[in-house]
Amino acid sequence: MSEIGEGFLHAFRLIVGLDPELVEIALRSLFVTLTALLIASVIALPMAALLAVRRFPFRRVTIATLNALMGLPPVVVGLLVYILLSRGGPLGVLGLLFTPAGMIIAQVIIIVPLVASIAHQSLRDLWAEYHDLLISMNTTQGQRIATLLWDGRRALLTASLAGFGRGIGEVGAIMIVGGNIDHVTRVLTTAIALETGKGNLALALGLGFVLIALAISVNLAIHWLSRTERGGRW
Amino acid sequence: MSVLLPLEVRGAMVRHRGKVLIGPVDLTLAGDGLSIVIGPNGAGKTSLLKMLHGIQRLSRGELSWACGLEEARRRQAFVFQTPVMLRRTVLENLIYPLRIAGMTRAQARPPAHDWCARIGLEAAATRPATMLSGGERQKLALARALIAGPDLLFLDEPCASLDGRATREIEAILLAAAAKGTRIVMSTHDMGQARRLADEVLFILNGQVHERVGAEGFFAGPGTAEARAFLKGDIID
Ligand SMILES: Nc1ncnc2c1ncn2[C@@H]1O[C@H](COP(=O)(O)OP(=O)(O)OP(=O)(O)O)[C@@H](O)[C@H]1O
Ligand SMILES: [Mg+2]
Repeated sequence: MSEIGEGFLHAFRLIVGLDPELVEIALRSLFVTLTALLIASVIALPMAALLAVRRFPFRRVTIATLNALMGLPPVVVGLLVYILLSRGGPLGVLGLLFTPAGMIIAQVIIIVPLVASIAHQSLRDLWAEYHDLLISMNTTQGQRIATLLWDGRRALLTASLAGFGRGIGEVGAIMIVGGNIDHVTRVLTTAIALETGKGNLALALGLGFVLIALAISVNLAIHWLSRTERGGRW
Repeated sequence: MSVLLPLEVRGAMVRHRGKVLIGPVDLTLAGDGLSIVIGPNGAGKTSLLKMLHGIQRLSRGELSWACGLEEARRRQAFVFQTPVMLRRTVLENLIYPLRIAGMTRAQARPPAHDWCARIGLEAAATRPATMLSGGERQKLALARALIAGPDLLFLDEPCASLDGRATREIEAILLAAAAKGTRIVMSTHDMGQARRLADEVLFILNGQVHERVGAEGFFAGPGTAEARAFLKGDIID
């Protein structure tokens, strides 16, 4: 019990004192996950709209695969990316192992199926509603996709936020690909794992509270930003 | 006379899982004016309108317009039985078809505002269309269908569940559009409305055009026993 209290105190001191090491680690966490989320959204959202709008062979199989990949264990993704990026691997020449860029690649792979699946579910419903109208209006496929993405933007934001949640709290993949190197690839989750291992429970817990606060703030900030238009029924 | 019409339908059939929903239908749609499609529930009015609009895959037969398919699609509009509101503002719903037609946003705004005023929704222009009442939705759907000036307009029971005043407003807009040369084909269960608007009547039964005559002739006394029974309000099997 006292450990939780101590953790709180530690977190409080770290935050109020703007502990430089904490700030560095927290910013790196944000940078890695937000960049991965941005790239993942650019891939996943149009993909979800295309899956909703277009009929093609193996469409169902593709959707089922995407759903299954949501449960992809991050450690395994980390391992695969590690093998790809390691010196002898096919992408070894890029020298991305143990860099934030490598961590971003791993997180993109983890986030894309999740965002695409959630986005597809809501865009599929929206398409069912719009189908007859947009067909009747003689829209092109590109216009249909653009219309779904724009009119479904709130649901898509929720999908992206789910992706952020999965990325920011993820430790397995970035531990393997990033290596938890101080001042280079250490982020909040890997720092927590390290401090816990060393027995610094209060510090680990403090970092944990910072992580939670960060996740909540980003969620609130994005929701607040999206509230700019009035009405808000969608 | 429009570039689109006449629309020729030859031996058209729509099947779903072996069951014939529509057809065989042979008809020519030309000239101007307003055709009213009537018939009992499940007779195939909605399916027929969708088929004539060209958004229903035919199992057999064919549809042809005086112009090519691509142009034919651009020159028509459809107001669905349950109006679909885009999750945008009222004004954006009106701008949408004009943007699809290739206008810039700046070009589309003035006509959108005009139509907004015309259907009495000027004050609601910046509100989400999904917040409108049923009658307001119908009017918006109609304005959105007419805004690009189609040659041919289909309406599927546009006044179902509307009060007398809203019905009259919609009828006035339809008559004005017809006077400007838009060919209108519309289904309804309201025989009073059919009498007020129709130039001709298509009586649909079991997925077929059972009878097609001028409005005056039809309401004076339909040619077939089924249509007579329908007008009297009997149940037809
Ligand atoms: N997509 C579909 N799949 C299967 N059956 C359908 C489909 N659409 C319509 N039907 C069937 O086709 C028949 C005609 O339906 P339609 O909706 O055209 O009737 P309607 O004359 O418009 O009826 P209402 O007056 O109730 O609107 C009905 O028996 C209906 O169940
Ligand atoms: Mg119907």
